[in-house]
Amino acid sequence: MAKTVYKRPKSLKENIFHYCPGCGHSIAHRIIAEVIDELDIRGITIGVPPAGCAVLAYNYFDVDMIEAPHGRGPAMASAIKRSLPDRVVFSYQGDGDLAAIGIAESFHAANRGENITIIFINNCVYGMTGGQMAPTTMLDQKTTTTPLGRNKTLDGYPVKVSEIFSQLKGVTYLERCMVNSPVNINKTKKAIKKAFQCQIDGFGFSLIEILSPCPTNWKMSAVNSCKWIDEVMSKEFPPGVFKDEIAAARKAAEDAR
Amino acid sequence: MNKVLMSGNYVIGEAAIRAGCRFYAGYPITPQNELTEYMAEHIRSVEGGVFLQSESEIAAINMIAGASAAGLRVMTSSSSPGISLKQEGISSMAACELPGIIVNIMRGGPGLGNIRPSQGDYFQATRGGGHGDYRTIVLAPGSGQELADLTMTAFDLADKYRNPVMILADGMMGQMMEPIVFKKPKPRVYSKKFMLQGAGNGKSKFIRGLLLDPIDSEEHNWKLARKYAVISISEPRYELYNIDDAEMIIVAYGTAARIAKGAIKRLRGSGINIGLFRPITLWPFPELQLRELAAKVKKYLVFEMSTGQMLDDVRLALQGYADIKFHGRPGGAVPTPAELANVIAKIYKRNY
Ligand SMILES: Cc1ncc(C[n+]2csc(CCOP(=O)(O)OP(=O)(O)O)c2C)c(N)n1
Ligand code: SF4
Repeated sequence: MAKTVYKRPKSLKENIFHYCPGCGHSIAHRIIAEVIDELDIRGITIGVPPAGCAVLAYNYFDVDMIEAPHGRGPAMASAIKRSLPDRVVFSYQGDGDLAAIGIAESFHAANRGENITIIFINNCVYGMTGGQMAPTTMLDQKTTTTPLGRNKTLDGYPVKVSEIFSQLKGVTYLERCMVNSPVNINKTKKAIKKAFQCQIDGFGFSLIEILSPCPTNWKMSAVNSCKWIDEVMSKEFPPGVFKDEIAAARKAAEDAR
Repeated sequence: MNKVLMSGNYVIGEAAIRAGCRFYAGYPITPQNELTEYMAEHIRSVEGGVFLQSESEIAAINMIAGASAAGLRVMTSSSSPGISLKQEGISSMAACELPGIIVNIMRGGPGLGNIRPSQGDYFQATRGGGHGDYRTIVLAPGSGQELADLTMTAFDLADKYRNPVMILADGMMGQMMEPIVFKKPKPRVYSKKFMLQGAGNGKSKFIRGLLLDPIDSEEHNWKLARKYAVISISEPRYELYNIDDAEMIIVAYGTAARIAKGAIKRLRGSGINIGLFRPITLWPFPELQLRELAAKVKKYLVFEMSTGQMLDDVRLALQGYADIKFHGRPGGAVPTPAELANVIAKIYKRNY
């Protein structure tokens, strides 16, 4: 008898992704859905998709979802979690959504130590609106609003969300991952699972930053986009665990018992 | 039932909690801080009650949208500049048909303006305020007792129509101390099917405002329009005061209506017969009810603490059937009843 080694996660609807070929959003969606299945939390999960390429995420995730206005996901997610503390609540955000228009909501949700998870897709551009500069755009990177490349004097520097947010006491677990190779995808999935588990255990705020290809706006092939993440993007945004206070939180919870 | 002496901002808070409000988010701004502080002190002591001091008014409105989706009765409050910041969120709540209460304790504007009572936000409140083709139900209390009653009503209307409801008052109302009786709130009627609480073993749901297909979006707009049409017919509220042998009628709401009542009392016995038409719902504006009066009374004076905003609605309601004059004090200036009485007397005698 044939053994199933690969199938559609239960938490993904039968719809076909609208994402461009080679886009990191599809991969991120799939591994989030796998994690939801593995943790058996489909029925208690509420997701908050952003304005951005992932705005239609509710067409894909088979969990309850509410679309947030651009940047406001963490405010909504915080409120949902506080209203329904035993649900698993995650906000899914692009770099424009999280690090520009929604930096205040994201920063303060993290600082309050909201027991939610943010999945942060860093693709160095505004995907949905056609490839403008994002806060995370690399220096010298060409976008439609930095036609000569991002200029540090005129446009400022790439915002390093993981480095900054890991300074906040409210953050329990924060890791930066990549989805540009099977090995990295597996690592990302592990990180997402750990983040959701951290929330389920009541240990507080978690954020997973995912370096994610946008071949369309990078004007590269899918393969070259994956290479660019390795060779260029990850030099500015090094992957790794920036904060992991889960063990400490577990110990504190046990001591309190 | 016991009378209690309370200032307006506290009255709103207490009435909200009694009405079952279990989620409040807000950002400090004068002259409504007492309401935020009241919620901070009291909502957490009821079971399931959540208070969140948000990082901005933008965050606050999105917080109440989230909690509303999760199924709670929700409220946020602010004053004029903060209400401007909430507009995208209010539009989004209207689009997603999320009930919720927004309290605006108006202050002088435009811009930072000042912290004195004003009525400069009428257009913003009644014309939607944010982007898109939507309406917000707007209640304008005229006394401490009405602050209590209408706050409870606001929650019922928000649930009934699955729409944001605004309580539009001003700094004067917020600070005013009056004896209040808190009535018994009605039990909540709101279906679980509109709540987003996790799919359980069933089908997942989603709530969204984005409708990329113009035909879907048009249909959604028409659906909302049909709802607004029902509200326009069913929900107008107003008060008539001293109307019987009135030869001129003042149209005023909220604090301005109280000042008008004071002026009317002063003018009694002076041979000047004036009445008051006080809209209690600003949207829907009690248009037909005001028009009916025009069969009898032909002179109107609109009085607002603004340069004339409700004036437009009065004109639309009276449709040229009557003469309309206007008196206003914008920017946080509050006339005394005596001052208004003088203005009324002059206009009354001028035989316009
Ligand atoms: C208030 C507001 N401003 C602007 C927009 C337009 N807008 C939609 S998505 C987006 C940026 C998306 O970029 P990002 O967050 O990086 O996500 P991506 O599309 O790259 O996944 C913008 C500017 C909007 N929807 N709302
Ligand atoms: S534009 Fe970029 S981020 Fe958006 S779907 Fe295409 S590849 Fe993905």
